[in-house]
Amino acid sequence: MASATLSAPVNKAANPRKGMPKWVWALPPVAVLALVFLYPLALVVQQSVQPDTGGTSLKPYADVFASSAFREALGTTVWLALGATVGCLVLGFALALVIAFVPFPGGKAVAKFIDVFLSFPSFLITLALLFVYGSVGMANGLWTDVTGAASGPFQFLTTPWGVLLAEITYFTPFVMRPLLAAFSQIETAQLEVASSLGAKPARIIRQVILPEALPALAAGGSLVLVMCLNEFGIVLFTGAKGVTTLPMLVYSKAILESDYPGACVVAVVNVLISVGLYGLYRVVSRRAGA
Amino acid sequence: MASGIRFDKVSVAYGANTVLHSLDLTVEPGEVMALLGPSGSGKTTALRAVAGFVRPASGRVLIGDRDVTDLPPHRRGIGMVVQQYALFPHLRVEDNVAFGLKAQKVAKAEIPARVTEALEMTGMASYAKRYPRELSGGQQQRVAIARALAIRPGVLLLDEPLSALDAQLRSGMLAELARLHRELPDVSILYVTHDQVEALTLADRIAVMDKARLQDCGTPQELYRRPRTEFTASFVGNANLLPVQVGSGSVSFAGAQLKVPTGDVASGVSATLCVRPHLVGLGDGPNALTGSVSEVQWRGSTHRLYVDVDGHRLKADLRELRTPPALGDEVTVHFAPEDAVLLSAGVSKDG
Ligand SMILES: Nc1ncnc2c1ncn2[C@@H]1O[C@H](COP(=O)(O)OP(=O)(O)O)[C@@H](O)[C@H]1O
Ligand SMILES: [Mg+2]
Repeated sequence: MASATLSAPVNKAANPRKGMPKWVWALPPVAVLALVFLYPLALVVQQSVQPDTGGTSLKPYADVFASSAFREALGTTVWLALGATVGCLVLGFALALVIAFVPFPGGKAVAKFIDVFLSFPSFLITLALLFVYGSVGMANGLWTDVTGAASGPFQFLTTPWGVLLAEITYFTPFVMRPLLAAFSQIETAQLEVASSLGAKPARIIRQVILPEALPALAAGGSLVLVMCLNEFGIVLFTGAKGVTTLPMLVYSKAILESDYPGACVVAVVNVLISVGLYGLYRVVSRRAGA
Repeated sequence: MASGIRFDKVSVAYGANTVLHSLDLTVEPGEVMALLGPSGSGKTTALRAVAGFVRPASGRVLIGDRDVTDLPPHRRGIGMVVQQYALFPHLRVEDNVAFGLKAQKVAKAEIPARVTEALEMTGMASYAKRYPRELSGGQQQRVAIARALAIRPGVLLLDEPLSALDAQLRSGMLAELARLHRELPDVSILYVTHDQVEALTLADRIAVMDKARLQDCGTPQELYRRPRTEFTASFVGNANLLPVQVGSGSVSFAGAQLKVPTGDVASGVSATLCVRPHLVGLGDGPNALTGSVSEVQWRGSTHRLYVDVDGHRLKADLRELRTPPALGDEVTVHFAPEDAVLLSAGVSKDG
């Protein structure tokens, strides 16, 4: 009885107002999105099925898929991105743990610096690595000065490992930021109770901190994965000639070979992989309890 | 394996700020000791020194006869329950309770029975499969207590465990805690609270803390009936604290001679007389004082009168009055000589 009389005014308030249905309000943002984002994407897709010989066909796809350069670039891109993501997650988790839970002077400043680091352009990190590990960088210079050898031992920067190092260096803060936010939400009391129950630090990290940080790891990891798949500046600036990723392939096809349909095909593939892997990652991380 | 707790001149400082000052206190095996004091008096700090989360600047902490001052928290074997429950949100109730057993490498086959036992003790056995977020505050606190008891600790530390609960739940939980202690008579309990009712109800002895120092320690009855300091008198229960001149067998207050036991307090000094408000009677009687009513509060079963006697405010808690006096009325109140306590600590010559 009471609930019936009480709920009556609520129902009235919940009645939709006469006039425009709600979805009308979604139209302007969708229109803007379509104009600035979907339309260019559609153009790229359209271009990718219009070979230079005229007409509309899937020949550009057949050509690109048949070329070994494409298959190599595809493999390189995926393993570099996956490797960099795993590296960033492991390194980022370890560093964030130290910053959040080990009190040391300047810890706050380090956390602040991470925010600043996120605003750096990616090539800057690569440039810095070149200064340190490049063929004429500080490390090799020191080596040649000391040993008198003609060249130093650090030649990895122009290999895929150099790209991997640069990507991990640059993208790790992108994982640390959500992690630090998540760690700051964990009650100190939980960690203290865990340790009074007899848990050593390693167990506390595994069974208390890690599970509570999973959503942050998933968020940071998926962000880094997509950014690595599409990374261009780092690969370009390491000067690694043998390392061709999909974005590099798009660049060389479009700018150097003027093969626009080919470039568009690679671009479409790149977008599909990004979206696909991102989707997969979200599904997996949700399964993991995030 | 009953083991007590001993603070041996334990001092704790944060920078130049000493928050615990040379604490000497012994919790006997199987005893419930309440640490009672206002917020910021250093109670939590003392408890955390036992658990191992703050390092004393000086002094030792002993559990049983083991010096644990340098032992990390995970090797102390202590059960701890805090105000905000601190359950692990991603673990089911049963896994929360099993956490300590796994950490202590209890045989796998033994764990389910121990978990059930602990949950049954706190009446939470039927909630084993739930997640903490699916429980009410009181239920979460029961799980937290079960989790602490599952490891069968010799020492249980409780830091304001009922503060986050509403009043009705709190009195129920208080009874539960008392029952738990009857079932586990060997567990020594250090119970931190700022609530005198919790301390009086639950504790075998109460240690009263203020300003980083232990002010007083005794059974609830001792502290309530024979407080030594003004602080104890007003913090453990309610008190009228009257400034008096001590004579022989009597004191003078506001021009009146009051017959009270003066014990061995020297004649001629200034002291404080403590009279509990509920022991003050209305009307004429022994030790009568007259003043005007400055406030009347009706509290259901009692009336609280504030009576101005020569500029001093006297509180009287009286059984509900048919016709309470009006504001400004002249009234006479009285108390029996044996119901007054002359505070012996801090007595000054000629104040
Ligand atoms: N980590 C800390 N750093 C600095 N001061 C602290 C810290 N923890 C507690 N204090 C100070 O110590 C004093 C006692 O605190 P606490 O033991 O928590 O009091 P209580 O539990 O009696 O309310 C307070 O003044 C508090 O500000
Ligand atoms: Mg406290």
